[in-house]
Amino acid sequence: MSDFSFFLEVVVGGLLSGVMYTLVALGFVLIFKASGVFNFAQGAMVLFAALTFVGFLEFGLPMWAAFLLALAAMLALAVAIERTVLRPLVGQDHMILFMATIGLSIFLEGFAQLIWGTRVRGLDLGISDEPVEIGGILVSQFDLSAAVMAAVLVAVLSAFFSYTKVGRALRAVADDTQAAQVAGVPLGFIWAVVWGAAGFIALVAGLVWGARLGVQFALTLVALKALPVMILGGFNSIAGAIVAGLVIGVSEKLAEIYLGPFVGGGIENWFPYALAIAVLLIRPAGLFGAARIARV
Amino acid sequence: MFYRDAGALKTTYAQEQAIFPVALDRWAVVILVAAGALVVPLVAGPYWLGSILLPFLILSLAAIGLNILTGYAGQLSLGSGAFMAVGAYAAVNLVIRLPGLPFPVSFALAGLVAGAVGLAFGLLSLRIRGFYVAVATLAAQFFIEWICTHLPWLVLNTPSGVVSTPTLFLFGFGFSSVPSRYLVAFATVVALAFVAKNLIRSSAGRALMAVRDHETAAELTGVDTTRAKLTAFAVSGFYCGVAGALWAFLYLGNVEIEAFSLHRSFQILFMIIIGGLGSILGSFLGAAFIVLLPVAIANAATLFGEALKPDVLANLELMIFGGLIVTFLIIEPNGLARLALKAKERLRRWPLPY
Repeated sequence: MSDFSFFLEVVVGGLLSGVMYTLVALGFVLIFKASGVFNFAQGAMVLFAALTFVGFLEFGLPMWAAFLLALAAMLALAVAIERTVLRPLVGQDHMILFMATIGLSIFLEGFAQLIWGTRVRGLDLGISDEPVEIGGILVSQFDLSAAVMAAVLVAVLSAFFSYTKVGRALRAVADDTQAAQVAGVPLGFIWAVVWGAAGFIALVAGLVWGARLGVQFALTLVALKALPVMILGGFNSIAGAIVAGLVIGVSEKLAEIYLGPFVGGGIENWFPYALAIAVLLIRPAGLFGAARIARV
Repeated sequence: MFYRDAGALKTTYAQEQAIFPVALDRWAVVILVAAGALVVPLVAGPYWLGSILLPFLILSLAAIGLNILTGYAGQLSLGSGAFMAVGAYAAVNLVIRLPGLPFPVSFALAGLVAGAVGLAFGLLSLRIRGFYVAVATLAAQFFIEWICTHLPWLVLNTPSGVVSTPTLFLFGFGFSSVPSRYLVAFATVVALAFVAKNLIRSSAGRALMAVRDHETAAELTGVDTTRAKLTAFAVSGFYCGVAGALWAFLYLGNVEIEAFSLHRSFQILFMIIIGGLGSILGSFLGAAFIVLLPVAIANAATLFGEALKPDVLANLELMIFGGLIVTFLIIEPNGLARLALKAKERLRRWPLPY
């Protein structure tokens, strides 16, 4: 096998794992776009969704029923979060809201594991992980399916934002919360919708990551992987999340293989952050983020 | 009636600028410090002294450090655990490699090293803002953790990566008993808390708050925001570094990276959220709350006896913890310190409210 095709394989592997990062980052971006909340609880939501899905599967339900029930649980969770956490904190400083989501994430971690237990569960989605050869390069079938799922998800979300009334209201809230309220957009409902959509993304991400890593507490750490993706792409850009996810995925794999041996390995924990920050120093709002003009 | 500022006529600038203008406050602090230094080590048992008061004091110091950065200067940091690690690793290297140095000097130098590292990461905050800074400090957390596990030189080439800390000696006296370790922590924390309180009252402290409240406006009114932000990062690094050194030498007895993980950073962040952002008193209250809460939950759990399994209890603890944080933010975003302030206001008017 030539060096070049090995390089290509690493790149493709990176692209596909980048898609997985994008999946998680999308949940963050969605909530930030619509409410300006930096939702640290996204990782805990991924865990909660995956645990709920596996839990229902263990009751002997078919996969589609478990998916629908888990989705219903995520929507109920979204409404509950809007009622109990967001509504009382309307108008508070963004920092306070961010910290509230840290509290929320701890609560959810405990809650999910209290209901479903702490043991590690396998999750088999019925997609084989056998690599297939495409144009001389070995590609994991599973990663490929995940990439397709992510693409569909993004397409559905974009259509939802652009063509439905709720989607337009959502963008209005993101643009100017007060003006949207004056125009009659029900803020509470919109927030519940956004968190519901984030819950949906968390469910998909939870399934994909859960099948890969096993459904366990470590899923919450996936959120930490998504943070550099977010800051690289800009907090409020869906396109940014996609591009940045791919960039991070590829560069992380390349760095691990070509740079890692020289510095002792294990650099994948911080390398994406270093890369993202390097970009931030040149473009402080990320690749695709809207630059904010400071006014007094 | 007793707690009042009416009638206390100030005739000198020194009185006007006193840290605690109300006489009762002044006495309360004097009595508290005296009691902490003289009475507590004699009265408290080794469990309370070594397992509750000692971690409380050290974490309070870290909380003060984070509060200067996050509460006063408004730069959210998720890397305080890493800055503690820098302090701890620097201290253990200084103490073991330079045995001639008295340990307070080594600890101060370790704090300076941590301050320098804080400053380096603070440079990023000059270019990026808001949540991006928080993520940059997260990068600091992961990067420093990685450095500490990948440079054998830092752990004095110990194969396990865990360095046992030697007993600290000063003028021939070894600080190995629980009360003596407590007293070292107590003295350090009291001294540095006073320094922090004074820093906040100075023009440098006001510059920090101006940056927090509105950076652009601060710059327009002539505040050197670059200097203010870097000061905040450096000072915060110093405080966390000293706290890390104390944590390793006085509490754990070894230096290992697990003690300074992201979990620690969050723990310290919760302390200042619950205690009160932008309050030195709040740092202490928050640290007390976070240190005592698990003890209280464990004690409450014994009431239920065998009904609660340990893993259920661990998850319940997480839920209570997360729930409390959210509740606190909703009821009183300014934390326990704000409640203390309100109580003081009432006391001022008691018993004749107007």
